[in-house]
Amino acid sequence: MKLIIAIIREVQLDRVREDLIKAEITRITVSRVSGHGQQRIEEMYRGQRIIPDLIPKIKIEIAVNDSFVDTTVDTILKSAKTNGEEGRVGDGKIFIMPLEECIRIRTGERGGKAI
Amino acid sequence: MRPFRRVSLLVLLFLFFPVKSLFASDGVPIDSGATAWMLTSTALVLLMIPGLAMFYGGLVRSKNVMGTIMHSFVAMGIITVLWATIGYSMSFGSNILGGIIGWNKDYFLLKGIDTNVLAAGVPEYVFSMFQGKFAIITPALIAGAFAERVSFKAYCFFIALWSILVYNPLCHWVWASDGFLYNLGARGAIDFAGGTVVHISAGVSGLVAALYLGSRRGFPYQVIRPNNLVITMLGAGLLWVGWFGFNAGSSVSSGLSTARALTATQLSAATGALSWVIIEGIRQGKATALGFASGILAGLVAVTPAAGVVRPYGAMILGALASMVCYTGIQMKNKLGYDDSLDAFGIHGIGGIAGAILLTFFIRPSWMAEAVNASGGSWTIWNQLGVQALAVSVSIVFAAVMTFLIIFCLDKVIKLKSTEKDEMAGLDRAYHGERGYGMLNPS
Repeated sequence: MKLIIAIIREVQLDRVREDLIKAEITRITVSRVSGHGQQRIEEMYRGQRIIPDLIPKIKIEIAVNDSFVDTTVDTILKSAKTNGEEGRVGDGKIFIMPLEECIRIRTGERGGKAI
Repeated sequence: MRPFRRVSLLVLLFLFFPVKSLFASDGVPIDSGATAWMLTSTALVLLMIPGLAMFYGGLVRSKNVMGTIMHSFVAMGIITVLWATIGYSMSFGSNILGGIIGWNKDYFLLKGIDTNVLAAGVPEYVFSMFQGKFAIITPALIAGAFAERVSFKAYCFFIALWSILVYNPLCHWVWASDGFLYNLGARGAIDFAGGTVVHISAGVSGLVAALYLGSRRGFPYQVIRPNNLVITMLGAGLLWVGWFGFNAGSSVSSGLSTARALTATQLSAATGALSWVIIEGIRQGKATALGFASGILAGLVAVTPAAGVVRPYGAMILGALASMVCYTGIQMKNKLGYDDSLDAFGIHGIGGIAGAILLTFFIRPSWMAEAVNASGGSWTIWNQLGVQALAVSVSIVFAAVMTFLIIFCLDKVIKLKSTEKDEMAGLDRAYHGERGYGMLNPS
């Protein structure tokens, strides 16, 4: 089992989510986060240029069985990338972590079948 | 064809017997009581626009909240300027082009009304600004039908054109003393505060625009939920308060008719709201806050044309009926599957039509007696029903056809519908470079 964490652009959320659903990956957690990576953006505030320290992003967390890791990652890669094949700084990152245990609270089931 | 012949005869009659005009020349003393109330009403109607911004703003997703609020606010800018420049003249000037529209060169830029006082003892500046607020809120209402998917720039042009080509002519027909709907039948089509001019026209135009633009991305499979029902409720409250200016101010006086309109407004809103939550309670088992707000609006919309002629019991029945009809209408919308996003047609269109037609059955006897006198023979509620139905049909057809033409032509120059990219990013980011909330979870 793996925990896939993807940090993506806010504007790509709809597309990523639609594509994940198409790939039959429906159990996800989404949160609004802010952070700092390579990307620098300029915003206008009252006519003045400002460069925010922290940029708003979307974090998606998906726990999957090993056989689903590739599908999930490929789907996110495809749908979160902007600017065609090129991609742009700020498209985000995907982290994959080993997942020690997964327990469904309602039934107490453990492991792969609880995901 | 019969009613039309009758109308033309009546119009001829009025050519020979000039109608007593609302307007008077200089020298009329100012009635400070009436003027004070009209000043208050003018402010109250303006309050409805931030109210509408909050009502609509709360109902969209968080990425569209500023864009939706701006739909209402920008109307305050655009329409005010247009109204003072040509709108007031087109609406309340004398008939030109065979009565399609009015014009009075003194009203252009409001330059010739510096010393004018209406026969009611109210300075004309106050009346023109009061009417200007109606002109602002009407196109802003339409925005609810195509919320979350319209380009800001195109929207600005749309409401400007709509105001000139739809609102001003309708306003002239219904409210100007030489307008043809004002003079229809014995005592005119009854539209006290804008059932046809404001609500039917906005609702029908919204429906046409929503159908033309198509639905939002993901509709109806993706569940689209309100970002903040709290501001929606506050907005509904402000609309209710502002509606006293809208309806009671439409008496252009401070007296009995004002009091009647005020009472009818309060009662219809209350029964509308109660009926809606009772219907919901029976059908879904829970009374929602949004349902209560929708009921308030349904009741207010329905009583808008009626406030001057119905008695309190009539206003209550009207409010209850409006909620039933609008609730049914919204259920039908869900079945038919078109995306009137915030139910501009469902509440304003359907509620406005219901109010303008059904008010006929609750007209106070003194009004009917005067209508009988004015017609010089008999005038029954069925005669009046015909007049109301004609006025409603004229508004529906005119608003629908003109809105279609405006959108069709405008769309060739500036795309009205947001691009898919802008729609996904949200109106706030795409058109305003802002966000409404700091770090709330996405919705």
